[in-house]
Amino acid sequence: MIRGLIAAAGLILLWQGFVWLTDVPPFLLPAPGRVAQALVTRWDSLAQNALITGAEMLMGLALGALLGAAMALTLMAWRGARRWLLPLLLISQAVPVFAIAPLLTLWLGFGMGSKVAMTTMIIFFPVATAFYDGLRRTDPGLLDLAQTMGASSAASLWRMRVPAALPALASGLRVAAAVAPIGAIVGEWVGASAGLGYMMLHANGRSQTDVMFAALFVLALMALALWFSVDALLRRAIPWQPDSLFSPESPR
Amino acid sequence: MPAKGTVSVLASPAPGFRIVLPEGLSLGGSPVLGVLDLRVPGGRCTALLGPSGSGKSTLLRLVAGLLARPGAVVAEDGAPVAGRIAYMAQQDLLVPWRDGLGNVVMGAHVRGEAPDLARARALLREVGLAEADSKKRPAQLSGGMRQRVALARTLMEDRPIVLMDEPFSAVDAPTRHRLQGLAARLLTGRTVLLVTHDPLEALRLADRILVLRGTPARPQDYPVPDGAAPRPASDPALLAAQAALLESLAEAGP
Repeated sequence: MIRGLIAAAGLILLWQGFVWLTDVPPFLLPAPGRVAQALVTRWDSLAQNALITGAEMLMGLALGALLGAAMALTLMAWRGARRWLLPLLLISQAVPVFAIAPLLTLWLGFGMGSKVAMTTMIIFFPVATAFYDGLRRTDPGLLDLAQTMGASSAASLWRMRVPAALPALASGLRVAAAVAPIGAIVGEWVGASAGLGYMMLHANGRSQTDVMFAALFVLALMALALWFSVDALLRRAIPWQPDSLFSPESPR
Repeated sequence: MPAKGTVSVLASPAPGFRIVLPEGLSLGGSPVLGVLDLRVPGGRCTALLGPSGSGKSTLLRLVAGLLARPGAVVAEDGAPVAGRIAYMAQQDLLVPWRDGLGNVVMGAHVRGEAPDLARARALLREVGLAEADSKKRPAQLSGGMRQRVALARTLMEDRPIVLMDEPFSAVDAPTRHRLQGLAARLLTGRTVLLVTHDPLEALRLADRILVLRGTPARPQDYPVPDGAAPRPASDPALLAAQAALLESLAEAGP
């Protein structure tokens, strides 16, 4: 944590030094001080827009995780689904979300709907594939054991495969948390009336580069906060997951 | 030797069963087991030895109902074998998300039944696991402790037929020795089919020893030393028999 702060402080110093040395005009690269000033003076609208973008990210994350997990379970439980849905899953990734963004805006409007849909689409795939992989890779011995114990195939899925696949689902969710901001911001760039992405575009149009940087800073903070809270949540929810990085005995 | 506790005593005598493979058994097109008509006596321990890849585990999986071959396994009392079997594998197969106690009652859990926790605790005590250890997850337990939990889980199922696939091969020799004695005591009266690599284990525990030889494999009887299981490992007759069986197995190997 402290090292991270020191690194960030070093970067800011470098940035400030670069601005001093090159005397670059503020509309190309504003000095850190100017960005901080923008953060303070525009705090009201920054907070307001951040709230909207944050809500889009969270809703998209929840929806995408839910749909992705449901997709993985469907693929696992229903043989026929594999033939029909697996190609669909791949196509959903072959078409870049950026390409569908204008369509989503057209259909769902300039409001939050289209951004939530975009975030959901971006998150759906990593969650579905990670969880599906985990479900498929259950130790065959555990499944044999469940069978000799007289478990139904539904019980085998819910009480063996699903808990055994939770660490894999967690990996998918971590990726999802990291890419969630992309969906929301792309959605706002294509067409929006609010949100940090909209604010950045708006500021860019008026050469308010300092405001752009301020919005970017808030966005980065939000993305970090999202990732770390998802990570902490998952760590608490799956305490049996081996994690050599955080075990007290391992060398750092 | 009668079982000491009350938690692992069988209500009715355990049935024997027959494995009948009139055409042998192939997996994925390649023959694994030859023509077979094998009787596993009720209430006794039958050990199955043989080199790796000789089809020992396949035979066990067949009895466990994990390979769909209808009619291949027939209990001597006429009732189906399915549902009367407990299975213990080489790996402990403890699930990492439940503690020791939770793993012992795993059978009830996957069947959606209410677990008999009092009996599970009694069994854990019987296999020598401390109360505190039964609250730990498998990752926090040693290999020997995990295998004790797996043994308790197998006994918890309370089935007349118990299938064991190299159950103690993953633990160190002294622990294996202790667990063998424990298993022999707690499994008294059940029909046990024990697959093992270890001649000493077979000679200590079994009432009947079968060695699988050839490709595809066929079982042959091997004489068992006198005395009731678990036979003491210090018995010179047992040690001599171990050496002889080892030689015999080495010949059977590839």
